[in-house]
Amino acid sequence: MSGEEFVPLSLTPLLIGTFAAIACALPGNFLLLRKQALIGDAISHVVLPGIVVAFLLTGAISTWPMMLGAAGAAIVAVVMIEAIRRLGQIEPGAAMGVVFTTMFAAGVLLLEQSDTSAVHLDVEHALYGNLESLIWLDATGWASLLDVQALTGLPPELPRIALTLIGVSLFIWLLWRPLKISTFDEGFARTIGIRTGALGMGLVIMAAIAAVAAFDAVGSIIVIAMFICPPAAARMMTNRLETQIAWSVLFAIVSAVSGYVLAGYGPLWIGGADAVSAAGMIATVSGVILAVAAAFGPCRTRAGTPGPA
Amino acid sequence: MLELATVQGVSLEAQGVDDSPLAIRGLTVSYGQKPAVFSVDMTVQRGGMTAIIGPNGAGKSTLLKAALGIVSPLSGQVTVFGQPLEDQRARIAYVPQRASVDWDFPTRAIDVVLMGLSRQLGLLGRVRARHLDRAIECLNRVGMREFADRQIGQLSGGQQQRVFLARALAQDADLYLLDEPFAGVDAATEKAIIAVLKSLKEAGKTVVVVHHDLATVADYFDHVFLINTRKIAEGPVAEAFTADTLQSAYGGRLATAQIDQISRALG
Repeated sequence: MSGEEFVPLSLTPLLIGTFAAIACALPGNFLLLRKQALIGDAISHVVLPGIVVAFLLTGAISTWPMMLGAAGAAIVAVVMIEAIRRLGQIEPGAAMGVVFTTMFAAGVLLLEQSDTSAVHLDVEHALYGNLESLIWLDATGWASLLDVQALTGLPPELPRIALTLIGVSLFIWLLWRPLKISTFDEGFARTIGIRTGALGMGLVIMAAIAAVAAFDAVGSIIVIAMFICPPAAARMMTNRLETQIAWSVLFAIVSAVSGYVLAGYGPLWIGGADAVSAAGMIATVSGVILAVAAAFGPCRTRAGTPGPA
Repeated sequence: MLELATVQGVSLEAQGVDDSPLAIRGLTVSYGQKPAVFSVDMTVQRGGMTAIIGPNGAGKSTLLKAALGIVSPLSGQVTVFGQPLEDQRARIAYVPQRASVDWDFPTRAIDVVLMGLSRQLGLLGRVRARHLDRAIECLNRVGMREFADRQIGQLSGGQQQRVFLARALAQDADLYLLDEPFAGVDAATEKAIIAVLKSLKEAGKTVVVVHHDLATVADYFDHVFLINTRKIAEGPVAEAFTADTLQSAYGGRLATAQIDQISRALG
């Protein structure tokens, strides 16, 4: 494919998909080890009503009201989960499941009842995102990357998800040691002065920011898949956390790039007519990677996990 | 004159209770309706080896966790070497129950020991050769040097417990608090651990251990603290670890024959 075609049509969706995948996979490593992997799932569901309410109040799809709406919904969800758990004496997993499905359902109803036909906010968009539409029409080839005029026409999702990725990476780099220690041994972490409660909350907030930014660009399917699949597959490749993070980033990149390419060209190769959803294909590829890692990964059988028969 | 006397009074008291490595006053902790620890006072002897004993669910681990600020008490005060706990964190090393962590965590034995150096390393400090040397030395002290590169899930229970102890050694503390270090470990590990704890005591450190094996109390420890939600007894083993105090701590749960056996062992 030539630069004239690739840069305007495929470069930006590829970058946005890849950045979104990495931004979710990075905190996903810690959430997985903390047995909180489903929080990614929960967040990506509860943000929907928050985003819809923000949209209804402002009448436009713009980042900050949506981010605030999503954050507000996440806080409401956390409070509700805690309240249901305490008042109903229900286990945390069940409380989480009840809250996030209810809030997601409420979001779907709100979307359906509101007049969102003028903008690309609908249930389909929420699930699949619109990765294929994030094109860069001002670009004419590779040279456009140096053209200030053309760069102003970049889809706003790209700088947004790039900034999110930088923020998530900085958070994990700066707090690497406390995050690792408190994830492994919370009691010990507290005795050496790590504020584990605030740190755990910070991790969930970073995950929420990544989920909201990625959701905005690529939909909730990728968010849910990228929080779990690359870290889970990476865990089966290594017994060191540092290496696990590196593998998870690699798997996120491979999923995003090959998923995007397969969605665009795969159906043509097997004789089909149309391209399929890139978000769906990216999530599928990440699932295939997880399956392969589960079957052949060097560290898939460990103490405390069911071994091969 | 009056002022001087007051100052002397304070310093006298400081040498007794307030300067203790660990002093707990009126500690009450509750997880639900029923308190797990109720109005407990404890004064740990400097340079001593103290066993916290009591039946299952008596609040032994909770007492330790509340003393360390891991769980929040309903009421009570904790001082460490006469100072607030937060100011003395660098002087405390804690060994949690082995079952409290997920040993499937992707990390090696040496990485766990390096966690004990995290106060020195700070947030972004690089692990240098001297840190690695120190970690290896601590693993060596518990006889685990050759397992430094093993993923921790591939170690036996006793080996995992020794890695935890090595992490505490790396902290180079003055007060060591261990929660059931002998639970479910092999005989070789038990011997290795007690040897390390005795060497700590000889170096002037203070050791407090939540312990469950009544038969070894007199061999291993010089002080005991008996608890069953409330404090039952506290003091040197010969005074506080008696048939009477055991009977009131364990009630009907301890067979009379067992108590007789322990009394005989104590002479």
